[in-house]
Amino acid sequence: MTRLRSRVGPQSLDGGHPLDVDRLLDDPATGIIVCCGSGGVGKTTTSAALALRAAERGRTVVVLTIDPARRLAQSMGIEVLDNTPRPVAGVSTTASGGSLDAMMLDMKRTFDEVVESQASPEKAQQILRNPFYIALSSSFAGTQEYMAMEKLGQIHADARRDGTYDLIVVDTPPSRSALDFLDAPERLSSFLDGRFIRLLLAPAKGPARLMSAGLGMVTNALTKVLGAQVLRDMQTFVAAFDTLFGGFRQRAQKTFELLQADGTAFLVVAAPEPDALREAAYFVERLGEDDMPVAGLVVNRASPEQHGDITAEEAMAAAQRLRKDGADSLTAGLLRLHADHMRMVERETLLRHRFEAAHPQVPIAVVPALAGDVHDLAGLRQVGALLAGERPT
Amino acid sequence: MPSRDFPQVRLHIVTGKGGTGKSTVAAGLALGLASTGTHVLLCEVEGRQGIARMFDVEPLPYAERRIATGLPGADGGRGGIVHALHVDPESALLEYLSMYYKLGRAGKALDRFGVVEFATTIAPGVRDVLLTGKVYEATKRNARNKHAITYDAVVLDAPPTGRIAQFLGVNQELAGLARMGPIKNQADSVTSLFRSGRTAVHLVTVLEEMPVQETADGIAQLRAHDLPVGGVIVNQVRPRDLGEKDLVAVRAGKLTKRKLAADLNRVGLTGSAELVLGLFTEACDHAERRALEDAQRGLVAGLDVPTYELPRLVGGVDLGGLYELAGLLREQGLA
Repeated sequence: MTRLRSRVGPQSLDGGHPLDVDRLLDDPATGIIVCCGSGGVGKTTTSAALALRAAERGRTVVVLTIDPARRLAQSMGIEVLDNTPRPVAGVSTTASGGSLDAMMLDMKRTFDEVVESQASPEKAQQILRNPFYIALSSSFAGTQEYMAMEKLGQIHADARRDGTYDLIVVDTPPSRSALDFLDAPERLSSFLDGRFIRLLLAPAKGPARLMSAGLGMVTNALTKVLGAQVLRDMQTFVAAFDTLFGGFRQRAQKTFELLQADGTAFLVVAAPEPDALREAAYFVERLGEDDMPVAGLVVNRASPEQHGDITAEEAMAAAQRLRKDGADSLTAGLLRLHADHMRMVERETLLRHRFEAAHPQVPIAVVPALAGDVHDLAGLRQVGALLAGERPT
Repeated sequence: MPSRDFPQVRLHIVTGKGGTGKSTVAAGLALGLASTGTHVLLCEVEGRQGIARMFDVEPLPYAERRIATGLPGADGGRGGIVHALHVDPESALLEYLSMYYKLGRAGKALDRFGVVEFATTIAPGVRDVLLTGKVYEATKRNARNKHAITYDAVVLDAPPTGRIAQFLGVNQELAGLARMGPIKNQADSVTSLFRSGRTAVHLVTVLEEMPVQETADGIAQLRAHDLPVGGVIVNQVRPRDLGEKDLVAVRAGKLTKRKLAADLNRVGLTGSAELVLGLFTEACDHAERRALEDAQRGLVAGLDVPTYELPRLVGGVDLGGLYELAGLLREQGLA
């Protein structure tokens, strides 16, 4: 069992202020939590841990994950992709009255469902079979981001209508840049609505000469690069998709507004590394510009707190003396490890303080690294407790 | 001097799960390969300007820039020269168009109609063909091209493991789409280089469950696409200050706080209870981590590819750290 204890030692947040995770989770006004950050920082684990904690504190929660580790997915019962939230077994919510559902995003299926819901059955079939659509829906760098946001919009709308969930926790895809999920919907919808599409449609619709004198040159160049077949596939796709374009833009716009709404909280997840923190800082700024203020920064996998009040140098010196004495190498080894830890903690603290100096308004939660991997509910519960600032005694 | 373990390879592609340090390893490998008299090119394709940051230079343009001197040889010989190239898809497309089609004005018109944007961000797979196409060009260059540098080795800091097969096996992606046409031809010749013995795809991992699993999946996927798997580089290995015997003792509960306190006292660290407890907890955590690492190391060994290990650099990765990694890679034969 873990018990609450105040933060001491190098992980106390002397400069900034701590993020009150429980208050965020308990606040009924919090309807959506989006976890973002660069790849490999533990976004998926963080979202799952937050969702579990919220559920066990009484919220009706659904967590939308993108690409969880196999064993974690298994333990949550979501290793099967069916694009629908499923109840997670083993959540202790009897006392709190909460619940937890989870789902893993199937990007192609989500895209297909949007097409099916927007177009007539025949037209939908025509689109779904188009080679260009197949490539677009399964491999466009950005489709995953777009579909994650689309699914969020859907679940949110359903939850509003049916009262199914009062909190949605979203994991974001491991993009090249953490910002892709913000930009992708706009990019895709502006493409689908844009000049280029009108250009492709123009020959089918007639008054091509109104477009531009450069039209022939452009189609010519495109044919050269992509080949005539691709261009034809694209034209068929665009013609079939024509009536859906406006809808797509509207949906993207709606999702964007949803992200700006008061009930949406962004948590930026980072590792205590310069690159991850730089990305996090960039993200904080960008979200601010888009009126999506960041609720906090989660610094994952921090070197665990140190006990004892000796410096790294003292520990190294003592280790050397022990070695000279020919004494027990185990203690000497431990002292060297201790020194190594101290240096890591020092470096991480410095990095975090720099972040705080630049973004004093962003509260921070520091999650010490666990000795083992997280792949079951017990592990998630432990991460959740650490997120909330509890430390094992 | 080429890589000792991969003497035929000219193109080293470095991938890995996010957060495992693949860019660092790629940079270290480039420095390690650049021994006396050789030219090495380090390429990045993800628009992150990571090379510029690691080498502490201005953001790189779409041009080959000299960024460092390679690691000096054991014989004291001067290191070779490392150039860097930041490949961005827009510039690659425009270069491609002007090179093959002399599309001066049409190129600009394409831009105006959003075609460049379309081709580089939305048209599936095209972006990857453009990026890999430039790397292909740099690798295949020979002395006939008088204005360009010929490289003895090219190191590509590639997209993460999850996307690597898609990134390299580009023609599969395009097969259903561009059944013919120049992009398809371009993709085909790029892929034939990738599949040849002159290429090796190295995977960077850390000794944790998910990255190792992803590495295993990545290797299976690369093999399924006939792409040549190089080595696995185990990065950020923790210090191993406790021997196997000590770890066994810790796990068996044979380390006692009393014994620790006595040792500390002996060297004048009048072990406060908290320090003793701290070291004791650290010992148990460390023993648990090492057990997990060993289990993962066993899995890596079972992957049946050459493996290399690099330590976690306590002070973080700076230029000096990169040379340290380069030296270790050379010692172990990857460079």
